[in-house]
Amino acid sequence: MVGIISEMPKAEVKNLNFYYDDFKALKNIHLPIAEKKITALIGPSGCGKTTYLRCFNRMHDLYPNNRYEGEIILYPEGLNIVDPRVDPIEVRMRISMVFQKPNPFPKTVFENVAYGLRVRGENKMNFLKEKVEKALKQAALMGEVKDRINDLAYNLSGGQQQRLCIARALATGPEILLFDEPTSALDPTATSKIEELIMQLKKEVTIIIVTHNMQQAARVSDYTAFMYLGEIIEFDKTDKVFTSPSQKLTEEYITGRFG
Amino acid sequence: MSQEEQAVVDIRKRIAFNKLRDHLFWIIGLFSTLIGFILLFTLMIDLFIDGFPRLSWQFFTSYPSRFPERAGILSAWVGTTLVMIVTAATAVPLGVAAGIYLEEYSKKNWLTHLIEINMNNLAGVPSIIYGLLALGLFVYFLKFGESILTGGLTLGLLILPMVVIATRESIRAIPNSIREASYALGATKWQTVKDHILPYSMGGILTGMIIGLSRAIGETAPIITVGALTFIAFLPTSPVSSEIPFLSFRWLLDPFTVMPIQMFNWVSRPQAAFHLNAAAAGIVLLFMTLLMNGFAIYLRYRFRKRIKW
Repeated sequence: MVGIISEMPKAEVKNLNFYYDDFKALKNIHLPIAEKKITALIGPSGCGKTTYLRCFNRMHDLYPNNRYEGEIILYPEGLNIVDPRVDPIEVRMRISMVFQKPNPFPKTVFENVAYGLRVRGENKMNFLKEKVEKALKQAALMGEVKDRINDLAYNLSGGQQQRLCIARALATGPEILLFDEPTSALDPTATSKIEELIMQLKKEVTIIIVTHNMQQAARVSDYTAFMYLGEIIEFDKTDKVFTSPSQKLTEEYITGRFG
Repeated sequence: MSQEEQAVVDIRKRIAFNKLRDHLFWIIGLFSTLIGFILLFTLMIDLFIDGFPRLSWQFFTSYPSRFPERAGILSAWVGTTLVMIVTAATAVPLGVAAGIYLEEYSKKNWLTHLIEINMNNLAGVPSIIYGLLALGLFVYFLKFGESILTGGLTLGLLILPMVVIATRESIRAIPNSIREASYALGATKWQTVKDHILPYSMGGILTGMIIGLSRAIGETAPIITVGALTFIAFLPTSPVSSEIPFLSFRWLLDPFTVMPIQMFNWVSRPQAAFHLNAAAAGIVLLFMTLLMNGFAIYLRYRFRKRIKW
């Protein structure tokens, strides 16, 4: 499958299995993640796409009885990030995540964006200010909040809150940015702003996005993986998947015959 | 009358009947509310009529005395204040730490379930039982004597389960998405607790603490059991001194009395004038409690204002 991507891979998933207790949620997954491109994961609900995404920052380690098998290799150094000997905190510091519902902290806009840096022991105000401003600009939020940096994040609209969460994830300069259905709680206007932003961001960072919205995957992504029942059914360039899928199941899903 | 007209008449009858029942419940509800309110109000009025004339500067600055008009609550309110300080200083850190541990750190297994069930039961144990335990543990075994330290620890033990339960409940109210947001940025468990869990649950924790303290302030039985005296005509050692290191903890081991014990003592005297003293002390105790509850409500408001979930 590595042959499908023409870029350098930023990460490569090799024979990944994931278990919730005895339930095998991901089965023998192979997938290359192209550097500074957008990889979309689509599939019907319950197919394991969120479970898969959450392997990339070891979120499953927060809950008991979860188990990984196989490898997710992070390049260039070739670190297997699901190896139990690798500290999940290091993985989360290098790979950021944006969640389904905007989840800002009940703190100010500034403190929300600065939190990832504070976790890393950064407390110098000048440094924090510079980084927060940069992240807010990257997340296309600066213009709207420049007078409200010290307001509570809850006073922002839903779409602004989600862009704040993106700024928070960007502030620490992650290598990969994970999006878990980032627009499912937003209205169409806020959604298109986020989509535009995601397309902008791929210049700087590798992106993996889970979406239940096929049009969204078709609009924003470079590569698309179709998942079904914990397996990757098809992985290819996005236009190929949406125009001439090689698998019958993929075709049925994207034409809306199930899911 | 046509069938349709008949149907309208029937509906109107039905509505009238439903409204009658509605009014009936309104009356029952109002009556029930008033009973509680009027009883409390009468009690307070009675207390005020009896005790108010006795409230004076002299009453707050005098020790107990054989002569009712010279007697005061100085040693009692100082004792109550100091005991409350010990109670808060022990129950709050222990209770909050235990609550955080149980919610955020411990694995959910049969042992934590057992601890949880025990904790809920402990909150309902009669206070005299705590008195007996404290008598054995603090007075005889640890040899703290019949001191402020013993009294404060006893009441601390009594309200510990309340603090733990309040802490756990307010931690549980924090949505999991907030925890995940923190962990996803690379925060450790302690960073998440210190920067998020603790600040966001502070309102509930403080409320629980003050409700616990306002229960402790009125407790008599466990304090009598550990041997608080009813007649104390001196103050504990001052916590501040003019010599280095300027702070003294000798007061912890001094004997003491508290407000409810002073009241109990006066009520059990035959002279009517002492009963008036008891009423006056009751007013003071009531105000101490109201003040603490008011403070709890204010804190909850302050901390809840910035949090919406």
